[in-house]
Amino acid sequence: MLSQHLVNIIYLVAAVLFILDLQWMAHPRTAVRGNLVGTLGMLLAIAATLFSQQQDWMYILIGVAAGTVVGAVAALKVKMTSMPEMVGLFNGFGGGASVLVAGAALVAAAHALSAGQSSLQMRVATVASGIIGSVTFFGSYVAFGKLAEFLAVRWKLHPWQKVIKFGVSLLVAAGGIWYGTAVGFSPMSILMMLSAVAIAGILLIKKDRFPGMDAVKIVTALLSVLLGVLLVQHPQNLLLFWALVGVAGVLGVLLTISIGGADMPVVIALLNSYSGLAAAATGFVIDNTVLIIAGSLVGASGIILTNIMCKAMNRSLANVLFGTMGPTSETPDADEVYTTVKSASAEEVAMLMDGVQRVVVVPGYGMAVAQAQHAVRDLANLLESKGVDVEFAIHPVAGRMPGHMNVLLAEADIPYEKLLEMDQINPSMAQVDVAIVLGANDVVNPVARTDPGSPIAGMPIIDVDKARTVVVIKRSLSPGFAGIPNPLFAADNTLMYFGDGKKAILDLIAAIKEM
Amino acid sequence: MTDIVMLLTVFVLAIYVGFAVITKVPPTLHTPLMSGSNAISGITIIGSVVLAGALHEAPLAKLLATVAVAFATINVVGGFLVTHRMLKMFKRK
Repeated sequence: MLSQHLVNIIYLVAAVLFILDLQWMAHPRTAVRGNLVGTLGMLLAIAATLFSQQQDWMYILIGVAAGTVVGAVAALKVKMTSMPEMVGLFNGFGGGASVLVAGAALVAAAHALSAGQSSLQMRVATVASGIIGSVTFFGSYVAFGKLAEFLAVRWKLHPWQKVIKFGVSLLVAAGGIWYGTAVGFSPMSILMMLSAVAIAGILLIKKDRFPGMDAVKIVTALLSVLLGVLLVQHPQNLLLFWALVGVAGVLGVLLTISIGGADMPVVIALLNSYSGLAAAATGFVIDNTVLIIAGSLVGASGIILTNIMCKAMNRSLANVLFGTMGPTSETPDADEVYTTVKSASAEEVAMLMDGVQRVVVVPGYGMAVAQAQHAVRDLANLLESKGVDVEFAIHPVAGRMPGHMNVLLAEADIPYEKLLEMDQINPSMAQVDVAIVLGANDVVNPVARTDPGSPIAGMPIIDVDKARTVVVIKRSLSPGFAGIPNPLFAADNTLMYFGDGKKAILDLIAAIKEM
Repeated sequence: MTDIVMLLTVFVLAIYVGFAVITKVPPTLHTPLMSGSNAISGITIIGSVVLAGALHEAPLAKLLATVAVAFATINVVGGFLVTHRMLKMFKRK
């Protein structure tokens, strides 16, 4: 067995390796090495823990085997376009693990000590871990369900979606009722059962908002804190902990289910942060510094990303969580805005590309939906073979998670030097011959600069309207997430090239080759 | 220094280190940053292993801890693997 001192020193090494991991993430050249170093840190920490005490190996092996299979299959099979769903779901496992460790520690403390002997620190940390962990767990499931488009939607679901949707609701409700009846009826067991049924019920609703929702959010938030205070006073009452987890779960579901598609990047980043903070809280429960350090790093990372996303939309976090984004009363009528729209065919766009020097592609979520990233790469290669300079301009909130577009374009073998940030490209936009907007809308809407009354007023945008010519590839003139018309589509220097993103690009490539 | 103050010190300093390091990550790597930090938050596996493997423990505590081991392992294995897969795709010219 390793001595506790040695174990703590290994934990310190692991913590340093985690910091190195994040430090090397600062450049694509060193990031692979960083990730490997982080993996090494994790293996060291786990090994030190395993050999620090006599183990009952069976339970550990069962847990590790199950987790490894699920984690590895998910990681190797997931499509790059589905990365937001996967990260959304994984945040939830982190939060769930924190809740369960806190719960298990509480049971263990009640088992080992006579009531009231557990430290105040442990009790407060258990409450924090329970609330944050439960909000993260249920919130992340909702984020996953909304991204995979089976929660809070009206349309018909695939069979696998139905299995998950109804299965999870059934599991939560049945689990709550089973445990509640097993421990006998009391105010706390009834509260816990009600919470479980409420979670199950809300997950089945086919829309994302209902009347009185914000009031329920506030009530559940206050109730979680109240239960937390009670739990600190009566740590031997396990049922209080499960009631707290249940009520916080209702809060987690409500906080996430009302979030619109455009705000998804913010929410995933926020849940990422929560999963770290839950881990740090768990570190306080079991007096473990490496949990606290690793959890804090993740918490800080999530907060920074949340902040970047909010700034990129010119909105406050409170506005994302509680506000609505949609057309205001002064929103101009789409028919009036779009009277001067010019549409172009593949051949016309191909002719436009003849003899140009600089082309910038602005991708949006539409590129991911159409799986057009490989076709775009072929187009870029073709243009470059003709001596054209091709670059990609990426808005911070393009796609459904931070950096989503960059991963898709990297997958298509586009070198990362060609992926430019908004602030890098905007100053030279006037020297761009053709800007191709592919499946993006609100992030190139000049209204953000011109109309202070618009819902996206003040949001930084990619100034494609300043390019000599703009080609917008889009299925129709339908609005983006913000629900407002985009005068760019009707501008003098804009051509609308209607069609599915991938097919449109492939047709364009064919047309250029025929010239 | 009491235990709790020591732990709080570690917590606050680690958050500062986190801010300092992560503000340097470029937007192009934000997705791998999220999946990678996700894997790091799987560190709860350490807490869960101690409780799941304890020789004399309440059965309920062991059951909860075993599920926690599985959840945290999903984070660790899935997180580091998918991050590796993504980062390998970022190439220069």
